[in-house]
Amino acid sequence: MSGVRVLVGTRKGAFILTSDARRRDWKVEGPLFGGWQIYHLKGSPVDVDRIYASQSLGWFGQQIQRSDDGGRSWAPAGNEFAYAGVPGTHQWYDGTRHPWKFERVWHLEPALDDPDTVYAGVEDAALFRSRDGGASWQELQGLREHGSGPKWQPGAGGMCLHTIVLDPSRPERMFIAISAAGVFRTDDAGVSWRAANNGLNSAGILPDPEADVGHCVHRIAMHPSKPDTLFMQKHWDVMRSDDGGDSWVEVSGNLPSDFGFPIEVHAHEPETVYVVPIKSDSEHYPPEGKLRVYRSRSGGNDWEPLTKGLPQENCYVNVLRDAMAVDGLERCGVYFGTTGGDVYASNDDGDSWTGIVHDLPSVLSVEVQTLP
Amino acid sequence: MTGGIAVRVVLPEHLRTLAGVGREFRVEVAHTATLGAALDAIEAAYPVLRGAIRDHGTHQRRAFVRYFAVGRDLSHEPADTPLPAPVVAGHEPFVVVGAMAGG
Repeated sequence: MSGVRVLVGTRKGAFILTSDARRRDWKVEGPLFGGWQIYHLKGSPVDVDRIYASQSLGWFGQQIQRSDDGGRSWAPAGNEFAYAGVPGTHQWYDGTRHPWKFERVWHLEPALDDPDTVYAGVEDAALFRSRDGGASWQELQGLREHGSGPKWQPGAGGMCLHTIVLDPSRPERMFIAISAAGVFRTDDAGVSWRAANNGLNSAGILPDPEADVGHCVHRIAMHPSKPDTLFMQKHWDVMRSDDGGDSWVEVSGNLPSDFGFPIEVHAHEPETVYVVPIKSDSEHYPPEGKLRVYRSRSGGNDWEPLTKGLPQENCYVNVLRDAMAVDGLERCGVYFGTTGGDVYASNDDGDSWTGIVHDLPSVLSVEVQTLP
Repeated sequence: MTGGIAVRVVLPEHLRTLAGVGREFRVEVAHTATLGAALDAIEAAYPVLRGAIRDHGTHQRRAFVRYFAVGRDLSHEPADTPLPAPVVAGHEPFVVVGAMAGG
């Protein structure tokens, strides 16, 4: 392993941070696409030179950028995301019906076996797939049309499909998450879908706290060696499933708050999980002004704060749902970015942290590529 | 140029970067020389701008984009509106603007 490449999306451009395997000295490049919102960048797991980026701006819409040389150069790919058929309506904030309208791409998930195949999770919530390197996009409309779509409604950030998890052991299986609808699973490569929210409880948020759909799931994560186990950071509650999303149990345990956005699994320990607790749904900053990553080595319930190297006073930033990632080096690296524009890295499983770069624009996403 | 009208075009900075053009460039617009024809010509010359000025499919102007020419706001004019004579004559540019909308 020669090093890592950290891909950082911010509200005003993208940055690429590189280091050798020691992960102590960093080179910072950027901003790329300066002034544009970069919701997400992600590299192909089968070609480290292939990276996709979602570039958007309220004025000028959506672009997809693609690099074939590890981020040194970029070219626009296709940007037409047309819903299949007549997309109908979903719930709006005020309870009225609202027509489905494409706003932006929140998340790009390159396929596990083909650098030219990539999935896009978009707002208003839908799943698209490209099989030609991002040149053209087709909706997997079975998700939006599976039956519960009219009940979906936007969270504060919009009605976004923000998480796409591919099952490495079953190529036909995939999980997605939508705010605010919940988790959905396909077992036939996206043709048909079913809700996978049994066990979630949204008391005080939904009129039926255990409804099939409507839950504000913030992110889900899976370890590739244990694909039936999923971890979830919900609006409130940290959850786990051991049956591929058929049922969920709460594992918030001793967390100081079970509200948060990101959740991530250690690269080599499928029961080691990381979250960043945030005080509440209306106070999106760490409890007590202390930026703490919490780690469980037992798959939840028992959590330990990781504070070494992180600000422990007067810190009132947030860490967004796609802004945490792990590398694949022997001693697992953990990375996250804040809404205050800082990117922190740990080269020792989270035991200690170093700020790689400070004062970037507000960080929207962090992904890591482990370089051969 | 092959018989059309050479229209001078000015784009906002973000779209210049996307298209890889300077502050001003020219596109060939059909003899009809309408607002819609000018936008069609811009998108044909620089396909990356498809969807960035007007929506795909509907060709509806994006909400925070404006069209100016000769001191006039053409943003709300229909696509078959003739371009102003000074634009057709090449004396004035057709200007695409990112509307004032904060941050």
